[in-house]
Amino acid sequence: MWDYSEKVKEHFYNPKNAGAVEGANATGDVGSLSCGDALRLTLKVDPHTEIILDAGFQTFGCGSAIASSSALTEIIKGMTVDQALTVSNQDIADYLDGLPPEKMHCSVMGREALQAAVANYRGEEWSDDHEEGALICKCFAVDAVMIEDTIRANSLRTVEEVTNYTKAGGGCSSCHEGIEEILVRVLEEQGEVFDPTAAAPVAAPKPAAGGLTTLQRIRRIEAAIESVRPQLQMDKGDVELVDVTDDTVYVNMTGACSGCQMAAMTLNGIQQRIMEELGQFIKVLPASEQQKQAAVGG
Amino acid sequence: MEPIYLDNNATTRVDPEIVAAMLPFFSEQFGNPSSMHSFGDKVGRAVKQARKQVQKLLGAEHDSEIIFTSCGTESDSTAILSALKAQPERKEIITTVVEHPAILTLCEHLEKDGYKVHFLEVDHRGRLDLDAYRSLLSDRVAVVSVMWANNETGTLFPIETMAQMAHEAGVVFHTDAVQAVGKLPISLKDSTIDMLSLSGHKLHAPKGIGVLYLRRGVRFRPLLRGGHQERGRRAGTENSASIVALGKAAEMAMEHMEYENTFVAAMRDRLEEGILSAVSHCFVTGDPENRLPNTCNIAFEFIEGEAILMLLNKQGIAASSGSACTSGSLEPSHVMRAMNIPYTAAHGSTRFSLSRYNTMEEIERVIAAVPPIVAQLRKLSPYWGVDGPVEEPGKAFAPTYA
Repeated sequence: MWDYSEKVKEHFYNPKNAGAVEGANATGDVGSLSCGDALRLTLKVDPHTEIILDAGFQTFGCGSAIASSSALTEIIKGMTVDQALTVSNQDIADYLDGLPPEKMHCSVMGREALQAAVANYRGEEWSDDHEEGALICKCFAVDAVMIEDTIRANSLRTVEEVTNYTKAGGGCSSCHEGIEEILVRVLEEQGEVFDPTAAAPVAAPKPAAGGLTTLQRIRRIEAAIESVRPQLQMDKGDVELVDVTDDTVYVNMTGACSGCQMAAMTLNGIQQRIMEELGQFIKVLPASEQQKQAAVGG
Repeated sequence: MEPIYLDNNATTRVDPEIVAAMLPFFSEQFGNPSSMHSFGDKVGRAVKQARKQVQKLLGAEHDSEIIFTSCGTESDSTAILSALKAQPERKEIITTVVEHPAILTLCEHLEKDGYKVHFLEVDHRGRLDLDAYRSLLSDRVAVVSVMWANNETGTLFPIETMAQMAHEAGVVFHTDAVQAVGKLPISLKDSTIDMLSLSGHKLHAPKGIGVLYLRRGVRFRPLLRGGHQERGRRAGTENSASIVALGKAAEMAMEHMEYENTFVAAMRDRLEEGILSAVSHCFVTGDPENRLPNTCNIAFEFIEGEAILMLLNKQGIAASSGSACTSGSLEPSHVMRAMNIPYTAAHGSTRFSLSRYNTMEEIERVIAAVPPIVAQLRKLSPYWGVDGPVEEPGKAFAPTYA
């Protein structure tokens, strides 16, 4: 049984805006019958103000597909077409208090229906570049197509690299066999052989920390933290540097990262980056730990 | 309102009598059956009795042909890997496209190791072509593994005939009989079946106990080594409480065999007839003339199974579905696809599987509950018009990345 939020159940049992909108001037049909999820979104847009006066959905799909469709129509009603286009699939999932990783594609389908309907309203051709593969990494909801494309685009060779580029495999690690299988296949196509013992390529050696001034050290730590922020921001989180001691870096996790179950894992990732940058072992801890230690010390 | 459980092909309730039979083996009778003292001795005797009870249910010639395992999946893996190991010169396997993942996934994995696997196809009713099967039998084949009854549709395969054909060709024959044991009379001594898998929790014993039947004389290589248990064929301390439970379950299955095939079958038939006469655009999948007495699989067109299950569940009714969503995969059930059921129906396939604990009153409640649920979901469906499917559904709604 899926772990659906109360909000998902509510929107499934009592969907809002079900059915086609009367006098609609925009329609978006998306979905995949093989996957068992397909959605028709109809909108009535005021041609002068471009405000979405009404939205309706018809969905062939599971509980979360119906709930995502219902949530989408609730979110966009009253918005202008341009405002509506800024709604992301994450917004739909957030509106429903989250979706199981296997079901995130339902929110993606909602967003795509919206893009298709807007294109239809504007008389444009909408083409979809979405291709979905089997879900490999359940911790971070990464599918096979995404992994395969990333391996090709970046000539990846190891599971570790795949984790660095896509996050897949960075959690419970149960999917490493699945990732290896994709690596074997893709490398074979390129006439190469997957080597499970190969280490991820190491960046050019950095001078030992001993050779750095305090300022250089802190700059490098800042640079390392800067480099991981975009990834966190993609997930609506962020991190800021608080303090640096000889062997410890204190940071604040903010946004979606604060209180996230994955926070510990994220800290490990940041620690890894900083260690690579400094060429020295260093601990990364949440700033709250520093306060605790200060309290004990005092 | 009391919940109604119609998902007995997934797992079954452990009969209270069976629970009572196994309980002493956690506390008073906790000994290791291998031990040389009275604690072990009594447990050893109980395991022996259970072995006889299972032997009787299967109609096996010798009780030493019964090997207790941890589950049906272990039995399946043991059977196939043993046949390969014992006949290293044979590099082919014959199975079917509609097997349970316990066989299918293993075979697909073995393909990567260089084995050639022949997957027999089925027709729109889920039936095999025995001529195609015959043509594949050769001295290159290490093992044939074919399920006795399909878990999704209940469709039965002609296992005794297929075993005989394999026997004549000198090929080892295994059947995954997890769904059939306890529901169909079986007499292995009158067959040429070499190996058979069963699972306790499908016949009112607990989860975590299974059996591999291994005909005397069939060459065998164990999966687990490291102990003399099960005559060295499956090492590991016996799960004595569950073995005792399975023995009791086997005995009770014999007692209820006729009831399963008359009264349970009648409830199933009533359920099916009740739903089909009240709901349009739905049909029974598989081979209704030739199936388990407890199983009914109905495909509701233009709606999706997980949504059906959630609405049934809201009314306390438990069933199961072959839709992609219920399993988190990207395709509807491989069994539905193998029978060439269109996507718009395959995703709406719903399995009701009964047991002797169901009642006719429950069945009537389900018959009353289903039509409004189907109507409610069809109202949301882009394929459905006012009171029927839209004209040419495939054209009226053809989403972008279908």
